[in-house]
Amino acid sequence: MTSFLFGRIVSMAISLLVASIIIFAILEILPGDPAQFMLGVNAQPDTLQALRTQLGLDQPVILRYFSWMAGMLHGDFGISYTYRSPVTELVLQRVAVSAPLALYALTLTILVAFPAGIIAAARRNSATDLTVMGATQIGVAVPNFWFAIILMWVFAVTLHWFSAGGFAGWNKGFFEGIKSLTLPAIALALPQASILARVMRSSLLDTLGEDYIRTARAKGLSQNKTLWRHAVRNALIPVLTIVGLQFSFLLAGAIIIENVFYLPGLGRLIFQGITQRDLITVKSVVMLLVFAVIFVNFLVEVAYVLIDPRLRHQR
Amino acid sequence: MKFSAILTGSAVALVMALGLSPAYAAGTNLNMAMQLEPPSLDPTTGGAAAAIRSVTYDNIFEGLTKIDGDGAVQPLLAKSWDISGDGLTYTFHLQEGVTFHDGTPFSADDVKFSLDRARAEDSVNAQKQLFANITSVDVVDPNTVTVTLGSPQGDFLYNMGWGDAIIVSPASEADNANNPVGTGPYKFVEWVKGDHVSMEANADYWGATPSIETATIKFISDPTAALASILAGDVDLFGGFPAPETLDVIKADPRFQVIVGSTNGETVLAMNNGKPPLDNVKVRAAIAHALDRQALIDGAQFGYGTPIGSFFSPSDPAYEDLTGISNFDPELSKSLLAEAGVSDLTLSLKLPPAAYARQAGPIIQQELANVGINVEITNVEWADWLQNVFTNRDYDLTIVSHVEPNDYGVFARDDYYFAYHSEAYNAAVAELAVTSDPARQTELKKQIQEILANDFAAGFLFELANVTVANKDLSGIRANAPIPAAVISELSWAE
Repeated sequence: MTSFLFGRIVSMAISLLVASIIIFAILEILPGDPAQFMLGVNAQPDTLQALRTQLGLDQPVILRYFSWMAGMLHGDFGISYTYRSPVTELVLQRVAVSAPLALYALTLTILVAFPAGIIAAARRNSATDLTVMGATQIGVAVPNFWFAIILMWVFAVTLHWFSAGGFAGWNKGFFEGIKSLTLPAIALALPQASILARVMRSSLLDTLGEDYIRTARAKGLSQNKTLWRHAVRNALIPVLTIVGLQFSFLLAGAIIIENVFYLPGLGRLIFQGITQRDLITVKSVVMLLVFAVIFVNFLVEVAYVLIDPRLRHQR
Repeated sequence: MKFSAILTGSAVALVMALGLSPAYAAGTNLNMAMQLEPPSLDPTTGGAAAAIRSVTYDNIFEGLTKIDGDGAVQPLLAKSWDISGDGLTYTFHLQEGVTFHDGTPFSADDVKFSLDRARAEDSVNAQKQLFANITSVDVVDPNTVTVTLGSPQGDFLYNMGWGDAIIVSPASEADNANNPVGTGPYKFVEWVKGDHVSMEANADYWGATPSIETATIKFISDPTAALASILAGDVDLFGGFPAPETLDVIKADPRFQVIVGSTNGETVLAMNNGKPPLDNVKVRAAIAHALDRQALIDGAQFGYGTPIGSFFSPSDPAYEDLTGISNFDPELSKSLLAEAGVSDLTLSLKLPPAAYARQAGPIIQQELANVGINVEITNVEWADWLQNVFTNRDYDLTIVSHVEPNDYGVFARDDYYFAYHSEAYNAAVAELAVTSDPARQTELKKQIQEILANDFAAGFLFELANVTVANKDLSGIRANAPIPAAVISELSWAE
């Protein structure tokens, strides 16, 4: 287990280094001068030069890469060009929205997908199975921004149960915060739950065909006990992989939903950073996301080992 | 089946548990919205974004003068002023008993500090040219300050009313980007980045106490979200409403009012005057005559906008309607192209992301195709546009709205992306800058408009409309937006 962990950590470090070089290089190639963007169309050349100097944009490329890396190593992600505040602070503000939203959506996803997938597999070809399969087919097909607009129309505009968007802020209380995230979380969870339910169902069907299930049944274990004790647990590996991917996706990929509900999340921070050439923010946030994705994958791999004893002995 | 019933039931229960009706607008609270979030809250350093001024101008910060809703200059921190006979020395008499929000008293020293800072060599004020003509700022006594100019300047008092010329305190200037401290009727409370800025009435304000006590400004750029925020009652006032296609829905709803005014945004089909064959006035004239302005306003702006024939705002008293010079006449356009000896013309049209540009682009492409000009459209981002079109002039045509007030001076700049040059025009602009006689000013402004129109310096399309959507009980809303501003102290709720 120790050598497994060590190997994973080394490969994580290498991935992060490679990612940092790629991210930095791509943003260097991107046309557009941050100072020009900030000063607009009336700016005089000497004002532009003064601002470039102030932002450190007149330094050589290599120097800027190393000062960025050195800063990140001791937790300093730089100062946003446009917001003029530390990137760390901006990111923390956004994570306070994006992380709870991702968790909320993932919780809804799992709460719906697990039971739906298990019931569908256990009663294969029954009316329940067909309903679940039909509903998830629709769930995958419906674009989530459209579903979001429908939710907004019904629950905010017509029924006035929720605000149409925005984030109340955690300082208004936990309940207000969760309330602001409810419609977006439902909109995000619908396609994810549909995908996950289908994966759960097919994975469970595969497991149910395994020899050990027949053995368990032959030993006189009831169908329900076999299902819960042996089949579900073993069916979880592919499901966990998907859950890991979904969490990473929900953390950064919610940008369309964030736009529809004008939530101040990470996705919008990156999008805004790119259009405004706030390159320092983009670089640092993308790096953090790369780290988050790698870390979540690492956790998933550790979880495999914990769930499946066979993987433990292979190491 | 049972399972899905449980699911539906629990979803409904969850929604019911979380559901509370939204708070109704109280008489002193205002929820307003605008499309773009300001990148910082300091209008004096490194930010040209109009949103910075929209949030802070005349709410948090104040200048010596202010520009009112009609575009006229009014006293503000300077209660009056004297101008010397040669037009070079302005003596400002300041309001007394003014304090900054942090309690620091306001005095002539702050005026000197702010103006010197804006015109300093290392200044990063986006509108540094406003201060270029100042040669010295001198404190006479705590309530009097004199500003000396290098040459007489007719629009000096107007310039001091721009959002970039506000007065800051040396004690708080460094942190204004995130914690703005001004002298205005509202104090900054918090900025939840990406979501909203909130402010509250300044109890120690030197002027009249405003009716609105607490205000939140939300930033909503998505058109669907904007409409929903209004219909759901989350937002009481939306300035620069981004979904003109939905205005009929709002107009039909008795809860709301829709106010359509004008901005200072001259939307032009800019032509690269320095690049053949666009350096030929006949080719530019041919392009201008091929454009059907009304079709553009209807197609790209859902009918909201005023046709313009030169680079001047129709809301300005000196405006002259010159749309006749470049009237829609495709036949004339074709014969002008033949006269110029141009055939098989292919031009690039680079479109920045603004909705007016992206929607007008294909219409213009079609209109120019009708007279035999082939147009290749490229969509670019703003940062890309600024570098390649604006700075490097790598373009033939582009569509941009120029929103700064009285910005005709840009056509006199040889380094500007229009690459336009006219001695007569430069002379008129130079004379206007030093003219303070109103009659002569008007004359020169008309001359300026005529030169640009006759030179077909650009395809002059339309003045952007200022569309505001609001709760019907809210009054004091500015129809026009001569400068970017959302002055909360002018608003009040009906009893």
